[in-house]
Amino acid sequence: MSVFLIHPELPFCKGCGHHHVVRSTVKALEAIGVKPTDVILVTDIGCHGIVDAHFATHTVHGLHGRSVALAAGIAMGIPPGKKVIVYIGDGGATIGLQHILEAARMNIDLTVVVHNNMLYGMTGGQPSSLTPRGFRTAITPQGTSLPHHDLCRLVYEAGAPYVARVLGVGDFSEILRQALETDGFALVEVLELCTSYGLKWNPGLRLKALAEEAGYALGVWTRPPSPVFRLRVGKEGSLRPRGEGLLDLPPVAVRFSSPLEGRWTLILSGSAGEGIQQAAEILARAAMATGLHATKKGSYPVTVGVGFSTAEVILSRSPISYHGVHEPDAVIITSMDGLQNQEDRIRRMRRGVLWIDASLPVPETGAEIQIRDFRGRVGARHAALYAIWTVLQEMGILPPAALREAVQESPLADRVPMEIFASHG
Amino acid sequence: MISRSLLSYANRKMIILEGPVGRERKRFMKSNSPLDFGAAPPMDCYPVLLDGSRLIVEACVRAGANVYVGYPITPANLIFSYASRRFPIALPAPDEITALQWMAGLSAAGYLPVTATSFPGFALMVESINMAYMMELPMLIVLVQRLGPSTGTATAGAQGDLLLLDGLISGGYPLPVLCISDLEDCWLLPALALRTAVELRAPVVLLSSKEMVMTQASFDLSQLPEIEPVRRVFYPGLGPYRSYDPGDGLVPPFLPVGNDHHIVRLNASTHDRSGLLQHTSEEAMANTRRLGEKVEALTPVLYHLDEQEGARTLVVSYDITSGAAREAVRMLRAQGIPVSLLLARTLLPIPAIYYEVIDRYPRVVIAEENAQGQFARLLFGRRIPSKIRLVGAVGRMVRPEEIVQEVLAP
Repeated sequence: MSVFLIHPELPFCKGCGHHHVVRSTVKALEAIGVKPTDVILVTDIGCHGIVDAHFATHTVHGLHGRSVALAAGIAMGIPPGKKVIVYIGDGGATIGLQHILEAARMNIDLTVVVHNNMLYGMTGGQPSSLTPRGFRTAITPQGTSLPHHDLCRLVYEAGAPYVARVLGVGDFSEILRQALETDGFALVEVLELCTSYGLKWNPGLRLKALAEEAGYALGVWTRPPSPVFRLRVGKEGSLRPRGEGLLDLPPVAVRFSSPLEGRWTLILSGSAGEGIQQAAEILARAAMATGLHATKKGSYPVTVGVGFSTAEVILSRSPISYHGVHEPDAVIITSMDGLQNQEDRIRRMRRGVLWIDASLPVPETGAEIQIRDFRGRVGARHAALYAIWTVLQEMGILPPAALREAVQESPLADRVPMEIFASHG
Repeated sequence: MISRSLLSYANRKMIILEGPVGRERKRFMKSNSPLDFGAAPPMDCYPVLLDGSRLIVEACVRAGANVYVGYPITPANLIFSYASRRFPIALPAPDEITALQWMAGLSAAGYLPVTATSFPGFALMVESINMAYMMELPMLIVLVQRLGPSTGTATAGAQGDLLLLDGLISGGYPLPVLCISDLEDCWLLPALALRTAVELRAPVVLLSSKEMVMTQASFDLSQLPEIEPVRRVFYPGLGPYRSYDPGDGLVPPFLPVGNDHHIVRLNASTHDRSGLLQHTSEEAMANTRRLGEKVEALTPVLYHLDEQEGARTLVVSYDITSGAAREAVRMLRAQGIPVSLLLARTLLPIPAIYYEVIDRYPRVVIAEENAQGQFARLLFGRRIPSKIRLVGAVGRMVRPEEIVQEVLAP
């Protein structure tokens, strides 16, 4: 008996092609000269999947259709030289087609053996996407009406370096040997007839005749070797973090002081792409440079480049445990998108100051209203920063130099004309 | 006033830390860890503006997580983005099912994988999380909650997924779920979650939400304690190895699949101690029961309890609403009203001590950002005792004033 098998008697129905798959696999493994501990057999859900106990190799029995993705995780992580084999049925290949195509595209070092008996054998014989047109099954007694996927062609087109289709009779270990020795992704589709359901619903059908009639081309398709996808593990298998950790975060030194004793909250709202979030971040850093605590919360629609962009900023002398803003001390609106987003809040305001661009209508509000020409003076791109500058100047919350320096230390330093800080709106 | 923060390992050891993260913490800028920041000068203060995602990623890496598998989804994108620059290995997966399957394969091969997602992606992962639970594969899934149902509003926060996590494992077996309640937790909990995943050989969920991981805040890095890397011990035995033989304990020793010494058998279906398929044999059923027993017994019990003498009301919260709860308690105490605070960090399995604490108070206010009172339902089902008051919100954060109002309500 082979070193790869524990039990010579296999758990399959008499006459089932799965016997030939296992025996050909074992013969191929013997031919390539690996040890049982070099082999990881990953099985899917289906009759083929009950074979684990018979193999003397590593075995992993996963979910229906997901075995190729599971095996891909194993294959990309273990050292070269190990053989990862996937046993999957036509049902598993249907539900997990994406995993097969991805593994082929990435050229993961796997050998996938598809037991295509053209139906779901464990659940009573329903058709899969690999069932040929006209094939009768338990739920299609008149024969299936749709054509089958040509799995080999799909996988080959996805980039697999080795693809083969064989009839699941006799010894096809040479094909499996070639697949196992392929550097990268290999798939072998084995055509079978389910002795329990295939023959029951299609009495007298012969596998070879069915393959010819359905247009299953038998053969081997290869392409030149391409790089195999493996994890980029460093020398001696080390896995070191990359980059500087948190050190690329610029520390904010306290160089200024602020007269703020308690807490000051701001809503800044305008249009996406007009620097709202960056301006709010600069404000938060400027406040930190005076020793204040700060938070900045962003809010925007799922679209990135259009619609509103709103930032909520809290500046506080004491630590901030709650960073929501319900009744802001100031609301800055720089565009119609921002106004529409904040209109409900502005109407509810009973206190605080609304700083609104001169181009916009002013909603009814209990807030003090300050109309300023933010966009007109510095343009849409810098209106948010200019508005913050204006508000800080007039409210006296932070020294002007703190904001100017925060701008100069920001990624915007080269893009913001510093002369906009010569006056305020 | 009794103020304490507890980090304890149930039935094993208990570490009591004074203050938010402990007095014995070392200044991390001065640490000698091989993963240290390098040549940065020691500083007494290192204030930066950052978000929780950044701390979570850094904490994971320092704890020894070595592979991040990501699929983009708002509001977990910052974690994916930072992880792609920082993790030893970061892989973009083609979908969330693949992400979890790759993680399972990598975990089986001895890696310690992490992903982050939000409900729509998490829903796709559920079957695979069950698989990892059954196969006993350590991994960390950071679930960043956003406003549902369905795709809801991707850019709005929520706390709507807790009840989904209770019962996530078919059969009702408990999944370890830890929860972040502030930026310091973003540093501390990923490491504890990863340690739990390794020590329990189980997938662990770290629950958070949009504002928790995306809001930027001023933060002093120098106050963070050093993170001890999670120690991985592989089966050293010379004799035969059985993948699911726990010996005298509850957790079987781990050995990577594909190793040169012992055959490893992993199985997502009902299996015996060897990892071989079984129907409902006694050995297999005992093995399945053990999966729940180990999580019940060994999941760390993590919470913050701040009890005030004379308090008749306990405020309870978790995740993003912890901030509002802290603020509400501060406001009440400033008015001279005694009140106690319990912030849950271990959500599942529910620590028994939560009931003990709740039983001590005639009024309990539970605050969370959903409409149902999910934590209250988790604790009490649909028959919530009349002494429990719920404060919820949908589409916005719960406000401290709302908690105060409920504490003071007649």
